[in-house]
Amino acid sequence: MEIMDLIRALPGSVAQGLIWGIMAIGVYITYKVLDYADLTVDGSIGTGGAVAVVMMLAGVNPYVALVCATAAGALAGLVTGLFHTLFGIPPILSGILTQLGLYSVNMRIMGASNKAINVNQYDLILSLRDIPHAILVSVIFVAVTIAVLYWFFGTEVGRAVRATGNNANMSRAQGINTNRMKVFGLVLSNALVGLSGALYAQYQGNADVNMGRGAIVIGLAAVIIGAVLFGKIFNNFALRMLSVVFGAILYFVVIAVVLWLGLETTDLKLISALIVALFLAVPYLQGRCRIRRAGKGA
Amino acid sequence: MLELRNVSKTFNANTINEKRALSGLNLKLEEGDFVTVIGGNGAGKSTMMNAICGAWPLDEGQVLIDGKDVTRLPDYKRAAYLGRVFQDPMMGTAADMEIEENLAIAYRRGKTRHLCWGIRAKEREEYKELLKTLDLGLENRLRSKVGLLSGGQRQALTLLMATLKKPKVLLLDEHTAALDPKTAAKVLEISDRIIAENNLTALMVTHNMKDAIAHGNRLIMMNNGQIILDIRGEEKKKLTVDDLLRQFSVASGSEFSSDRALLS
Repeated sequence: MEIMDLIRALPGSVAQGLIWGIMAIGVYITYKVLDYADLTVDGSIGTGGAVAVVMMLAGVNPYVALVCATAAGALAGLVTGLFHTLFGIPPILSGILTQLGLYSVNMRIMGASNKAINVNQYDLILSLRDIPHAILVSVIFVAVTIAVLYWFFGTEVGRAVRATGNNANMSRAQGINTNRMKVFGLVLSNALVGLSGALYAQYQGNADVNMGRGAIVIGLAAVIIGAVLFGKIFNNFALRMLSVVFGAILYFVVIAVVLWLGLETTDLKLISALIVALFLAVPYLQGRCRIRRAGKGA
Repeated sequence: MLELRNVSKTFNANTINEKRALSGLNLKLEEGDFVTVIGGNGAGKSTMMNAICGAWPLDEGQVLIDGKDVTRLPDYKRAAYLGRVFQDPMMGTAADMEIEENLAIAYRRGKTRHLCWGIRAKEREEYKELLKTLDLGLENRLRSKVGLLSGGQRQALTLLMATLKKPKVLLLDEHTAALDPKTAAKVLEISDRIIAENNLTALMVTHNMKDAIAHGNRLIMMNNGQIILDIRGEEKKKLTVDDLLRQFSVASGSEFSSDRALLS
């Protein structure tokens, strides 16, 4: 229980938070912008990691591998989108179906449940061996991601995607093909998730078929923590995305504290679930208190 | 300009809740017609609007806009020809988006959307001028979220959005029903002005008989999914509520049944 142990663990939490922050921005796009609870994430993050690691082991340039991992994530989003729009499968179920299928796909890609990639033998973009460098690299990726998305959501197509999530009725009345916009959003979101998975696999030095288990909860935690803590001050769209990344960093800091307090890594899923439940409950309970107080005043 | 040919629609067919909402409906609107639609509860007014918009496939019949058969076009493609204002003020605008963003989306109705910036500086000036004509002070609030506006302001904005790109037909589906009387009168006045200025073809459903008489050049009354009265020109100008009620019972063989219509 040395406080120094905790402080030594924090830079790693920040790096993880930044990398998972990219995934959390993907979750933000589906959950907040599109109003679509997409559970593909748990599978597509593993797909991103698997594609990147396998390609790099085969000697492919790490940046090319990163682009391919992103594209693989996009493909997973496309499948979910088509399940929903073409076959009329409800949002949550279409995500679950893709996620389940991706387990097999990820196993096929890797040929094993875990594939290690050694930082000494391969030219990795980032690794936990050099955390300051990893932080720098992930900050750059986060910044570029936010800049590109800020531009995209300001374009005619991007605004149509936002309108679709905000009011599908109005969107169709204004000539927007809302099904196509949903697919766009899912593709974009899962592309980011794939990218995040590829970066995270390199960071931890392996891709694992289970690396995505519970990822959606971490993504939601980041989105919700960001909204609860920064929602009032961050009004701009780019700042909203930044608050999601802050949310992800805070999540990993909380996890570091919990571990430091002596809990096992296997307890983390429970802790994650409780954190998300807590932050979802806060705005709701605040609202109820306000109603009760208003009632008393009357 | 708009033609419905023998349009039929039955909901929940072959169940205990089966409801024949439209049965062999025929309607033809000439260019510049402003038609008010009135009818009792469940007469098929809103169903007719939805049939025109393409909310679901028809059981029978055809919808033609400007001579073009759109029966098989999905709603978002028909939107290229139609401007719509809904009964619920929340339904016509995107609450979490800014006023200018909502207008910019409406400005691109019927156009392919590209990866270029969604609002041009030139448009903003145009939006400002248009908002000024509403006389609601919205011209200085281009960057406000639409969710902050009142129901009346949102309906007025939806009207602008529906007519920003001149539609072949403007569809107003009880668009003042959810507003207080004063605001409703104001929104109706704006509707009249926009329709007259742009010489639009319009179809307005209302539950208020006085409004149905006072606005437009033609009035149709619906019952059991059919049009039972079609009054236009000089005859419509002389119409009174009592006339309408009498004509209704003659045409339908029953009393007019709409609590809202009688109370208002």
